[in-house]
Amino acid sequence: MRGSRPTEKIMSGCAISGILNRRGKCFSGKEIMDSIALMHDRSNGLGGGFAAYGIYPDHKDEYAIHMFYDDLEAKEKVDYFLNRHFVILVSEKIPTREVEAINNPPIIWRYFVRPDERKLSESGLEEDEYVAQSVMNINANYRGAFVVSSGKNMGVFKGVGYPEDIGEFYKLEEYEAYLWTAHGRFPTNTPGWWGGAHPFTLLDWSIVHNGEISSYGANKRYLEMFDYKCTMQTDTEAITYLFDLMLRKHNLPLEVAVKAVAAPLWSEVERMDDEEAKLVKSIRAVYGSALLNGPFSIILGHKDGFLALNDRIKLRPLVVAEDEERTYVASEEAAIREICSKPEKLWSPRGGEPVIGLLEGRSGV
Amino acid sequence: MATIDAKGVYYRQLNKQIKDLVAQGNDEIVLNNVNGHRYIGDGLDSNVKLIINGTPGNDMAAFTNGVEIIVNGNGQDGIANTMNDGKLVIRGHAGDALGYSMRGGEIYVKGRVGYRVGIHMKGYKDKQPTIIVGGTAGDFFGEYMAGGRLILLGLEREEGKSIIGNHVAVGMHGGVIYVRGEVEAYKVGLEVEVLPIDEADREELKEYLADYCKEFDLDLSEVMNAQFSKLIPVSSRPYGNMYAY
Repeated sequence: MRGSRPTEKIMSGCAISGILNRRGKCFSGKEIMDSIALMHDRSNGLGGGFAAYGIYPDHKDEYAIHMFYDDLEAKEKVDYFLNRHFVILVSEKIPTREVEAINNPPIIWRYFVRPDERKLSESGLEEDEYVAQSVMNINANYRGAFVVSSGKNMGVFKGVGYPEDIGEFYKLEEYEAYLWTAHGRFPTNTPGWWGGAHPFTLLDWSIVHNGEISSYGANKRYLEMFDYKCTMQTDTEAITYLFDLMLRKHNLPLEVAVKAVAAPLWSEVERMDDEEAKLVKSIRAVYGSALLNGPFSIILGHKDGFLALNDRIKLRPLVVAEDEERTYVASEEAAIREICSKPEKLWSPRGGEPVIGLLEGRSGV
Repeated sequence: MATIDAKGVYYRQLNKQIKDLVAQGNDEIVLNNVNGHRYIGDGLDSNVKLIINGTPGNDMAAFTNGVEIIVNGNGQDGIANTMNDGKLVIRGHAGDALGYSMRGGEIYVKGRVGYRVGIHMKGYKDKQPTIIVGGTAGDFFGEYMAGGRLILLGLEREEGKSIIGNHVAVGMHGGVIYVRGEVEAYKVGLEVEVLPIDEADREELKEYLADYCKEFDLDLSEVMNAQFSKLIPVSSRPYGNMYAY
């Protein structure tokens, strides 16, 4: 087992929040921090994190690699790896400020990179796949190094602490994004560690998750068949890879992926018309191992918007609201009202009913 | 009457202030700018009236023994857990698991409610809890219900939206549920029978709804002017033979 990682599976019950400006206008991280801070008591100080989309307009065509390193030796090795496989345009420490409640952070670094052209063409891979495989490689084989995020024009900021303290630590009020998601963690099975905080990411995908996935073992074995390595020892990581598999690699419509992870109950399938029942049964037959069993509410972030989803029998809370140009989603209504006191619309989706928030003009994540 | 501005006040401090004011003999307390404060009114054994302006946080009015709470806004999850007595009037919507294991008192909700409302409700002699919901309800309404009354009206419904979710009254073995309208057979637990209401039921319903309609300024005769379904358990001990040979 690698240095900084705990030896048991992490499961958690937590707070989540997200804000999307559907017109793509960027706004400061202050609001998402206020929203998640309102749900302070849903977390216990052992993990907080944020995903932000649209924060690196000056580097929007390069992959932004956020890293945690246990020590300089780990960094040196990964630097060497990145130099061989990528052109590094920027390599810098992610700015942080001293916060009393935040202790023992790892070395927190970011790179803006482009795949090395020769290596990329020799590999025969698509650019995204080349980056995804590099991320898997670092996480599985480089002791003391952990890829925090690897998408374009987005980044994840997370660590051990209450989310509002983590936000302050990373100076998130200075970043501007059109989509923010946030997580406050309440780990129930293992100690919190910096890499174990949410969001979990791969490329542009990020997941914040309240709940626990009791099908983790089945999901993990399924993912391994497609070369995903579940190295973080958490259930949430598997959700990220399942969506990457279905949406990026298999190019499925979002609605199909939703029906795979939150498959309609058989009693509901019985009442569907023939065509819909056939579709649902086919998805179940092919992607049965992608079914997420157990209580969850998640927000999947992506460059085009987000998907929010509950488990089929709604064992975790989820509230959605809209105003003129924004869509909000959170574990509690109060967390939305804290930043938008009078939304035009406010509702709770049914179990298994996806809420899809998209930038104007986009047809799907 | 006392007033508290809850803005920026941590829930523990807020609840302590409420308890102090109750101990000083205040019979009405107005709470302004409430947003997400947990546990308001929990365990209060008093006839105090709390008027909440805003969105109170989770687990409001748990284990209360007589408090009256008016919410000018929406309630969140876990309201009135094991409430023994008192009255809650929620002028907006309420979330999941409202009235879990409730043992007495009344809850009136003007709007819709979430999943698992009135589950494990109990009734004993004159302690018969009542929940009346003006809007729609999610799945598991009245699951494992053992006593009391659940009344679901489905007024102001979005077009095409079902009045009630799936798995209604699964495991119900006591109490009664009234739904204004039809309930499809597939939605209801096997332990439950769905009946049309008779004249005696209608009179009883009218009694419960009179106060509700007054509270929300609704026309009682209009609310009553509809078909109602009555859900009652078929057996008082549906699992009595489960482990018998």
